[in-house]
Amino acid sequence: MANYSTNEFKPGLKVMLDGDPCAILENEYVKPGKGQAFNRVKVRNLKTGRVNERTFKSGDSLEGADVMDRDMEYLYADGEFWHFMATDGSFEQVAADEKAVSDASNWLKEQVVYQVTLFNGAPIAVTAPNFVELEVVETDPGVRGDTSGGGTKPAKLMTGAVVKVPLFINVGDVLKVDTRSGDYVGRA
Amino acid sequence: METGAWLRFFLIGGRIMRHWQPSASIEALRGRAKIIEQIRYFFSSRGVLEVDTPALSLAAVSDPHITPFAAAFVPDGSGEPSWRYLHTSPEYPMKRLLAAGSGAIWQLCKVFRNGESGGRHNPEFSMLEWYRPGFDHHRLMDEVSDLVGQVLRCAPARRIAYAALFEEVLGLDIHTCGDDQLAEEGRKRCGFVGSLERDGWLELLFSHCIEPGLHEPTLVYAFPASQAALAQVVEGDDRVASAARFELFIGGMELANGYFELTDANEQARRFSADQEQRQRLGRSALPVDELLVQALQAGLPSCAGVALGVDRLVMLALGAERIEEVIAFGFDRA
Repeated sequence: MANYSTNEFKPGLKVMLDGDPCAILENEYVKPGKGQAFNRVKVRNLKTGRVNERTFKSGDSLEGADVMDRDMEYLYADGEFWHFMATDGSFEQVAADEKAVSDASNWLKEQVVYQVTLFNGAPIAVTAPNFVELEVVETDPGVRGDTSGGGTKPAKLMTGAVVKVPLFINVGDVLKVDTRSGDYVGRA
Repeated sequence: METGAWLRFFLIGGRIMRHWQPSASIEALRGRAKIIEQIRYFFSSRGVLEVDTPALSLAAVSDPHITPFAAAFVPDGSGEPSWRYLHTSPEYPMKRLLAAGSGAIWQLCKVFRNGESGGRHNPEFSMLEWYRPGFDHHRLMDEVSDLVGQVLRCAPARRIAYAALFEEVLGLDIHTCGDDQLAEEGRKRCGFVGSLERDGWLELLFSHCIEPGLHEPTLVYAFPASQAALAQVVEGDDRVASAARFELFIGGMELANGYFELTDANEQARRFSADQEQRQRLGRSALPVDELLVQALQAGLPSCAGVALGVDRLVMLALGAERIEEVIAFGFDRA
């Protein structure tokens, strides 16, 4: 991979840092009038998702990271791995482990397309679309006619995720959920 | 035209539409003009002479961490070009005026620093620089505090020695701690990746861990002797030799840098060659040394103190601007 100098650290650039692939989020130039120039950089570790602030001497460089985001359809889980297939017609398949799937496991539904982040060809992260539609498998019986909002109750979805829903929701209803916040949006 | 092309045309057109406009509001430019009026009155009422020195010069300043813009002078428009440098501060020619007997002088000018671009940096910026024969750095600090107090209507700046500030904020005694310890602190506190020289570690810790907390006006003086630049090295409060240099910080931002000026021509020549050596170590190109300044010092620079103040940053503080382009008519990306 190519090397990138601090002045090329634009948001979105993927670089290797401490052996892990990272994405640049922010880059601020800091220079004492008479002194050494620095770049204060906010980076997200693409394996752990953790955001850190790091500082570099201006002009220093990092190796680029071979990171690619691919649209892939969720196929099935085998107890150890979650399997995805490319939607670009290649039918290429990858198996993501628990670390890569992480919180996205709450929103995985067969035939839905997810964004799989590949590092050197291996999946390191799975991102759900902003909204998914999932069926309720467990909740207290609905209160007929109460569509006004007011109270909420927990509902377990087909993926195992539990979301807060209005009282009128029943088992078998399909809900639209915001995967970023885990909030109920409406009935699909 | 297909829809995509129309859309592209519209968006690019839209961007250009925004870019012809100033990066500062007209209101901010009015505020800026008022501050410049205040500065002019401040110096004329104190009998300091306004001067204007060349922006293009044969030699560049020697600072290892400052890179000038080079411009080609072409005789008759087509001859063999020779290089000139856009000044990064008017320090050298102003000192030549002092050596020629000008007395107290001040200048407000555009200076140019290559590669310095960011929220608080515009590669071309306005610098206020003045020199006071007969003043030492402490007396000049009083005057800096007066000027800034008038513009920002703030209380006089607190004064603290560089080493005392390190002790106060980071609990580090810079006189006794080794390079390893500074490096460890720098990596731990700033997540630093890479390697630096001793002054680099100090600058890292200062700019990342100390400066952001200097909200109230603070004058930091007695810099490490290794960061003297063109200041005299004197015995300080704690009997350790330090640079008779000071910096002003307000709102977590560096605003001014001043010296009790070095007048010894031999020491000046020695520092020039030390700077050149450091430039070489840092892998920066060698630049022509200003022999004219050394000659002026040989002829005799009166004992004086001088300071340079970033006017754009002063305006930022006065107007509460977040980024430097908000107080400059046209920031670097739309100049």
